[in-house]
Amino acid sequence: MNFEFSEEQVMIKDSVARFVRDEYDFDTRHKIIQSEEGFSRDFWAMFAELGWLSVPFAEEYGGFGGSVEDIVAMMEELGKGIVVEPYVSTVVIFGGLLSASSNEALKSAYIPKIIEGSCLGSFAFLERQSRFELSDIATTATQNAEGYAISGEKTVVFNGATADSLIVAARTSGGQFDREGVSLFLVDVTAAGISANSYKTMDGQTAATINFNDVQVSASQLLGEAGQGMDIVDQVMPEILMALSAEALGIMTTLNSITVDYSKTRQQFGTPISSFQALQHRMVDTFMGCEQTKSLLYRGLCDASEVAANPASGSLELQKSVHALKATVAKYGKLIGEEAIQIHGGIGITDELNIGHYVKRLMTINVTFGNGDFHQKKFNQLSYSSR
Amino acid sequence: MDINFSAQDLEFRDEVRAFFASEYDANVVQGLASSDGLVYKQAIVNWQKKLHAKGWIAPGWPKEYGGTGWSVTQKFIYETERGAAGVPDVVPFGLKMVAPVIYTFGNEQQKAKFLPRILSSEDWWCQGYSEPGAGSDLAALSTSAEYAGDNYIVNGRKIWTTYAQFSDWIFCLVRTSKDVRKQQGISFLLIDMNTPGVSVKPIPTIDGKHSLNEVLFEDALVPRENLIGEQDKGWTYAKALLAHERTGMAEVADSKRMLSNLKQRAAAEVNGGQPMIDDPVFQMRLSDIEMELMALEYTELRVFASMAAGGMPGPESSLLKIKGTEISQSIHELQLQLAAYYGGALQGDLSNQQLGHEFASEARKSYMYGRAATIYGGSNEVQRNVIAKAVLGL
Repeated sequence: MNFEFSEEQVMIKDSVARFVRDEYDFDTRHKIIQSEEGFSRDFWAMFAELGWLSVPFAEEYGGFGGSVEDIVAMMEELGKGIVVEPYVSTVVIFGGLLSASSNEALKSAYIPKIIEGSCLGSFAFLERQSRFELSDIATTATQNAEGYAISGEKTVVFNGATADSLIVAARTSGGQFDREGVSLFLVDVTAAGISANSYKTMDGQTAATINFNDVQVSASQLLGEAGQGMDIVDQVMPEILMALSAEALGIMTTLNSITVDYSKTRQQFGTPISSFQALQHRMVDTFMGCEQTKSLLYRGLCDASEVAANPASGSLELQKSVHALKATVAKYGKLIGEEAIQIHGGIGITDELNIGHYVKRLMTINVTFGNGDFHQKKFNQLSYSSR
Repeated sequence: MDINFSAQDLEFRDEVRAFFASEYDANVVQGLASSDGLVYKQAIVNWQKKLHAKGWIAPGWPKEYGGTGWSVTQKFIYETERGAAGVPDVVPFGLKMVAPVIYTFGNEQQKAKFLPRILSSEDWWCQGYSEPGAGSDLAALSTSAEYAGDNYIVNGRKIWTTYAQFSDWIFCLVRTSKDVRKQQGISFLLIDMNTPGVSVKPIPTIDGKHSLNEVLFEDALVPRENLIGEQDKGWTYAKALLAHERTGMAEVADSKRMLSNLKQRAAAEVNGGQPMIDDPVFQMRLSDIEMELMALEYTELRVFASMAAGGMPGPESSLLKIKGTEISQSIHELQLQLAAYYGGALQGDLSNQQLGHEFASEARKSYMYGRAATIYGGSNEVQRNVIAKAVLGL
C-alpha cells in the first residue's frame, strides 16, 4: 500500500508547479484575464510543447497514455495558480468524452489536434431549466436524410466562445427528463446555424450561451450509439469530478498557507495575530478540512484503479466516493474560503489581494457538475434504503 | 498509488478474522454486556486470557517481552479486524500504557516482576495522572512523594481513575521536587493499591455507571524500588508514551461498525409508516457522518502507509484523534435521536422487551459517556493547540 505519486507523476507535477511559480504570477494572470480572449494562446502552445495536453490520451492517437491519477497530479498544481487556460474544458471534459466514445474516426481526427494545441473544445450540456440534472435536455436532434438537425439553446458553456469544436448533448428520442434518448454530437463551431453570446465569469474565465438553429450534422458526428450518450457521460464523470476536486484541493491548500503566513506577520495589539487561540483553532479546522478532502480524493483514485483493473466488480464504490468527494470539496471549500477572508480582515475583501480570486474559482468549481447538496443527495440515494 | 495488501497480509487478515469469529463468542459478549462490574471484569479477563494463549495480547510490545513481532501492516490489519468484529480493545492501562514505560525505562527487576503479570491479566492497572487541579495542564499536579529512608511517602488525590475499583496497581505521576520548572520535578511511581493509606471513592457518571474514581493517598509508603528510571524524570517518560499513543485514536473500524448498526436500526425505526432510513433529512445527517468517516479511513491509511514505509507519521496523524472522536460522538448522537422518546427511559429492571425498545438504553449510555471522548487523551482543544504549534507553526 502506498499513497505516493510515481516518479513520472512527480516530474510532471513539478513541471506544472514550476510554470505556476515562475511564469504565472498574479499580475500575469490579471493581464490574461483582461485580454480579449481571456486566456493566453502562447501559454496554450507551451502546454502543447511540454506534452501536458497529451497526458490522458491513448498512445495510438499520440497521447501519453496517462490515467486520472496523472490528471489529478497536474490539476492540483494548476489550481495553485488558478490557471485560466481551458485545460479542464478541452482536455479533461471534451477530450475525456471523446476518448470514451466508440467513434474511431472522430478520435483519430480530433485527439491529435487537441494534443498539438490546435483544437479547443467544450461540452455544451446545460440548458436554462436543467440545473444539475445532466439528462434534463430539451435541445433536439432530429433525424433527416443527411443525418441530424440540432435545435435548441445551451447555456453556461465554459470557454464556449473560444472553442473550435463542441460536444453537444441533444435529444434524439424520449421525454425531456429521460436518461435514454440523449445523444452526443461533435460539432465544429463554424457550422451554419450556430451563434454564441460570450461573457466573463467571476473566476476570471469565460462562458457562453450558444444557440443551435437547425444545425445540420452527419451521423458520423455521433460520439456513440444514438440515444446512449448518458452512458459516455456517466463513464467520464468520475474523472471530471476528481480533476475539478484536485484543482479545488490545490486552491484550498494555497488559501490555507497564505492565511497562516499572513497571520504570522500581521501585528495587532502589539503581537502577531497568529498568537490568538481563537484564530489558531480556526486555522487548525481549515487544515483538517484540507487533509480530509485530500483523503477522499485519494480514495476516489484507488476506487478508480480498482474499477479499471476489475471492471466486473462494478463502479458503485467509485460513484459513492466521488459524490462524497465533491460534497466535501463544497463543504470545506466554503469553510476555507470564508476563513481565509475573515482571518485576513478588511484586506481580504479587496480585489487587489489574491485571496478573493482563489475563493471565486472555488465557488465556480462548487457548482460545476453539481453542488454539495446535489452530490450528497446522490450519495444518499446510492447508500440508504430500507429495501 | 496502491491500496492493496500483499497475499501474505491477506492470509494474515483471514486468520485474524477467523479467530475473532470463532473465539469472540456469545459467552464473552454476554459477560461484557453485564451491568454487574465484577461479572464484567471477569468477562474481560477471560477474553484477554484467550488472546494471551493465542500470543496476540500485546501486538505493540517488542517480541522479547512477549510481543507478536508483527509488521506495521499486520498490526494495522489486526486493529481493523478487531474493530470490524466489534471486539473491544484490551484494557489499556496495563498493556498499552504502563508496560511500554516499564520495558523502555524500567530496570530488569521491574520488567521481570511486572510484565508477565500484565501479559496474563493477573494484575490490573489504573492510571494516576489527572488531579482536581491538574487536568489539561497535567504538569501542575501536586500529589507529593517525599523521599524518606527506603520509601516515598505519598500524599494527594488522583481523579478520573478508570477501573481503580478493580485494580491491583496504579501508575502515578507524583511531585518529588518543588523548586524547579513544573515539568522537571515529576517522578513516575508504581503503587500497590493495597498499600495502607490508599483509598478509592467512586465517581458516578452521567451514563449511570461506575467506571471513574477518585484515589486518595494519605501517608502511603511506597518502596523506592517502585520508582521508574530516575527521580524527577517522570515527565519525560510519560511524554514518550503519549506520542506513542496518539495514532491509535481514530477508531475507524469501530465507527464503521457502529454506523452500520445505526443504519440497520434506522431501517427498522418507523415514523408515519416511513422507515427513518428513507427519510431525506435523516439521510443527510447520516451522510454528513459517513462521508467524514470515509475520508478519515483514508487519512488513517495514509498515516499507516507512511509508517509502514519506515517514516514517521506525518502532520495528518494529529487530526486522527480530533476527527475520530467527533465522528464517534456524532454517531452516538444520531443513535439517541433515533431512539426518540425511549432515549430518556431509565428502565431499571425492565427488559428491553418490556420497555418496548431494543437499543434506547444503550444509545443513552453511549451518548452520555461518549461525551468524555473529546475530553480524555488530551482534550480536543489541547489537540488543536498541538496542531497549531507543531504543524502550522503558529
